[in-house]
Amino acid sequence: MLEFRKDLFANERDDNLNEVGKPTQRQDMAGHVTGRTPFFDDHRLDGMLHLKCVRSPHHSARIRSIDVSAAERSPGVRRILRGADVPVNLNTLLSLLAFGEDDEPSLATDQVRYKGEPVVAIIADSEREAWEAVSKVRVAYDPLPAVFDVEEALKPGAPSVNPVYTRNTFTYHDKYDHVKLRFGDVERAFQEADFVLEERYQMSPIEQAPIETNGAIAAPEVNDRYIVYTCAQGLFFSLDTTAKILDLPSNKLHFIGGTVGGGFGGKVDSLCEPLAVLGAMLTGRPVRYVLNRIEEMQVSAPRGAERHYIKDGVMRDGRIIARKMTVYFDCGAYTRLTSYGALKCVAHLPGPYTIPNVSADAYCVFTNRIPATAMRGFGVTGVDFAIECQMDKLAHLIGMDPMEFRIVNAYRDGDVKAHREHASNTALVECVQVAAEKASWPLSDAARAQSSLTGGGGERAIIPDTRLDDGGVRPAGWRPEGTLPPGTRAPSRPQVTPQPSAPRPPPIAAPQPTPASPPPAQEQVPAPAAPQTPTPPPAQSQPQSQPRYARTRFSTVFGTRRR
Amino acid sequence: MPKTPVQFRINGTDKAVFADGGQSLLDVIRREVGDTAPKYGCGQGTCGACMVLIDGEPHLSCILLAEMADGRSIETASNLDQGGQIHPLQDAFMTHFAAQCGFCTPGMLMAAKALLDKVPNPTREQVIDAISDNLCRCTGYEPIINAILDAAQNPSRRSA
Amino acid sequence: MAKHRGRGMAAINYPIGLNLGGDPSQALVHSNPTGKFTVALSSIDLGQGMKSVTRQIAAETLGIPVDDVYVDTADSDTGPHCMGSFASRGTHRVGNAVIAAAKEARGVMMEAAAEELEVDAGDLETDGKGNIHVRGAPHRSITVKEVAIAAQFRQGRTISGRGIFLIPMSGVDPETGAMKPVTTYAHACLVADVEVDDETGDVAVLKMNSAYELGRALNPRMVEQQLVGGAWMGMSHALYETTEPYYPDRDHGPSDFNEYLMPGPGDIAPHDIAVLERPAADGPFGGKGPGEMCANPVLPAVANAIFNAVGIRIDELPITPEKVLRGLKSQGGAKPPQVPFGGPKPNGAARP
Repeated sequence: MLEFRKDLFANERDDNLNEVGKPTQRQDMAGHVTGRTPFFDDHRLDGMLHLKCVRSPHHSARIRSIDVSAAERSPGVRRILRGADVPVNLNTLLSLLAFGEDDEPSLATDQVRYKGEPVVAIIADSEREAWEAVSKVRVAYDPLPAVFDVEEALKPGAPSVNPVYTRNTFTYHDKYDHVKLRFGDVERAFQEADFVLEERYQMSPIEQAPIETNGAIAAPEVNDRYIVYTCAQGLFFSLDTTAKILDLPSNKLHFIGGTVGGGFGGKVDSLCEPLAVLGAMLTGRPVRYVLNRIEEMQVSAPRGAERHYIKDGVMRDGRIIARKMTVYFDCGAYTRLTSYGALKCVAHLPGPYTIPNVSADAYCVFTNRIPATAMRGFGVTGVDFAIECQMDKLAHLIGMDPMEFRIVNAYRDGDVKAHREHASNTALVECVQVAAEKASWPLSDAARAQSSLTGGGGERAIIPDTRLDDGGVRPAGWRPEGTLPPGTRAPSRPQVTPQPSAPRPPPIAAPQPTPASPPPAQEQVPAPAAPQTPTPPPAQSQPQSQPRYARTRFSTVFGTRRR
Repeated sequence: MPKTPVQFRINGTDKAVFADGGQSLLDVIRREVGDTAPKYGCGQGTCGACMVLIDGEPHLSCILLAEMADGRSIETASNLDQGGQIHPLQDAFMTHFAAQCGFCTPGMLMAAKALLDKVPNPTREQVIDAISDNLCRCTGYEPIINAILDAAQNPSRRSA
Repeated sequence: MAKHRGRGMAAINYPIGLNLGGDPSQALVHSNPTGKFTVALSSIDLGQGMKSVTRQIAAETLGIPVDDVYVDTADSDTGPHCMGSFASRGTHRVGNAVIAAAKEARGVMMEAAAEELEVDAGDLETDGKGNIHVRGAPHRSITVKEVAIAAQFRQGRTISGRGIFLIPMSGVDPETGAMKPVTTYAHACLVADVEVDDETGDVAVLKMNSAYELGRALNPRMVEQQLVGGAWMGMSHALYETTEPYYPDRDHGPSDFNEYLMPGPGDIAPHDIAVLERPAADGPFGGKGPGEMCANPVLPAVANAIFNAVGIRIDELPITPEKVLRGLKSQGGAKPPQVPFGGPKPNGAARP
């Protein structure tokens, strides 16, 4: 059941529009219910061949030799692709955005780094014949030590997974092995907090599991071009990736897609398109490369695992005064999109709350597992699980109702966020109030009277003195140089006088805790059943290495990008 | 590769095809017959996207050998609308917005049709039971269940 | 042995249209000579409704009925550049690009109408039903079809428009993480009621109550689709899904849907949703985009409800029966917290 609370924020909307806001039928619905919606695999092409991959059975191994002679003689086989057949056999997805270095081959040549990594591609008349030939390829491997746990991977002496990032971490700003968020002074605030709670959370790897599996059909088109039917979540993302890997001008490629049987982040990686087009180029025939369900589950990229450590300092009146987080994203063997996910995670911290002292380190860690990629809520779903479980524990710790606790700490219009931008258009308080009302969850009158529109800004908009890792200090009020991008509206900035050590007042007179059992007497509460103390490795400065092919870096200053 | 002649009736039309050894009925319907309404979702009989009716019974065509359909009558989602008139189930799926990506929809509709052909007024539990072989990753099932119940209760519904 | 009920809540926000990549989207809009418009995109509809929501946005901007607009996506030869459908950027980026393109096309359409009606284009308005008339004088009117014919065959104008929406990439300060990652956020709060079986470790979600704030709901039925389906996925992530059940151990991974578990139609919970609409300043007609964020509050709400029911904290997802039973065993059985927040538990505390 769905209701629209038109009464809320009514004065910010003009609800008298002709088409927007109307429950119009979907343009594609008639196609869906008649089974006529054309998905990529619904295109039948004469003489179509089928591509299947030989995959690594090892998590990490050196390839000693590859023998395809028996496979070549297998019935129906038209062509066998090896790494050497791929014009540019090293790529990273976000090179299109100049973010990260090429680190992943389309077909492995000298080493495999995860179980399921493609080594050889077979193109045959039928899927069955392709699979038969796959079973006849002989690859000799020398297994190598592998590492699977994100924190193990960061220890000295851990096996190095990815030759581009030898210390098992993605490199940010050319020098750091993690993304930093620093706002205020969490260590001092922990000293001042009534309670400190430190906990560990673990998010499992998850499969996007669209009902349509990944795939592409490529075919020679007239005039020396190639047509590609694809389920890619980004049509030009996939086209440009294919053009780069195959060293083709992009206008030689004609991609058709846009109608996709579910994606959820699992169809961004563009793994099928380059090999299918390469197959079409080398055979002159249409080539279909579609993952089966086992490959979808055990080879194509999942949402990676995440591990979160959260340490919070909270006052008896409900205010969280410090939050420190260490986040490890399990990237798998190659970067794909995890580097971006870690950045998005940091952009999201410390969650929808105004906390005056925040520190976070997010690591993108390489391990010998399937490379991870995007999934619905990428970079945020896992951290929200951690934060909101932590919030529940904190509420119980101080004996405050969890809903009231959210409202006390909720960010409001005019507050400054830890990444030093001012919040606007906020609505967390109202969501909590309405959800409580719907669930008949009792709230105090004070909590019901709160609003996202009021109580923010002022001292809550102060950017505090910020202690940096090198011992330096960013003074109160510091923000990076640069102007707001066009197309965005500058939030109304409250006039603030920098007051570095001014305590942040609570937005409301917080309800007095009424615990049935008295809260713990000691000031510092040890994390209950915390399995281990997080020991984030120190920021490592990576030595400057020789520029590699297509080396690209993420910017270190606002608004510019350099190669 | 040896091929097996297979004859069946599909959506009211007689067809004869030569199936490869081991070829699935789904593959034959999609590639030889050219009816792409049934979908490949898993090839393992665990998602239901390939569901068709054989002699009125719901079957997972991805795990049936093509030759097992010899002499049978097959119905797919392509056959639901007739002469420009959509089936009450299709109409109800539209009304309830019971599809998002649309990939599971043809299989889901066949599961629902098999149920309503036998049980014109099913309970919610019977509807749930009938679509338990069919996965949907988008909708959360609630609109699909409601659409099937609605179609049962209003068999004369037609699209506007 | 008993079943224990509990409730938990969680509140979240979600960045809409992250601009850490500086990735724009484009749109082209044009009319045929009978006044029917095509929107050409290379953006992707993977079920979230890209084609449908941009169709409504185009119709609204052009001032014509939605039936007179068709969205064509995605053909790289005809659809202009778009990075793709991810990072909750579809509605935000593509929607704004469509508005820009439709505005330009509308401008030509109004000029052509003005020439036919021999008035100033600034004095004209659309009625949303396929007519253009002089403001305050509805009888001085011309249909969009007549305008399109005139533009094509008499005036030699193309009723068309181009649009792009770009928020330049935000950099990130290496030392502090200072950045401008996003221009708007969606919000949610969700309450989950669960029942925990202390014999089997099974957790059943009985009921969800939620409030989602997602800017203007551009199409309420499609918003409902996302929220209902997304909350189902959140429930699935909380209790069922994993490709590595004993992470970081790589073994025991699923290979089919008998092993990769998700809640079936018999496992779903009634979900009462309230939608709040606080328009985003730079969203298309204030829309934000509910697609990604709607699953997120369910995961922690379910975990917190389990604590409320039996007193154990399970901090590793998914919360499988095995983890529940191990937690109960180490705690010495179900011990709900002594301060059960959230009011009376649904239908009593425990039932045999």
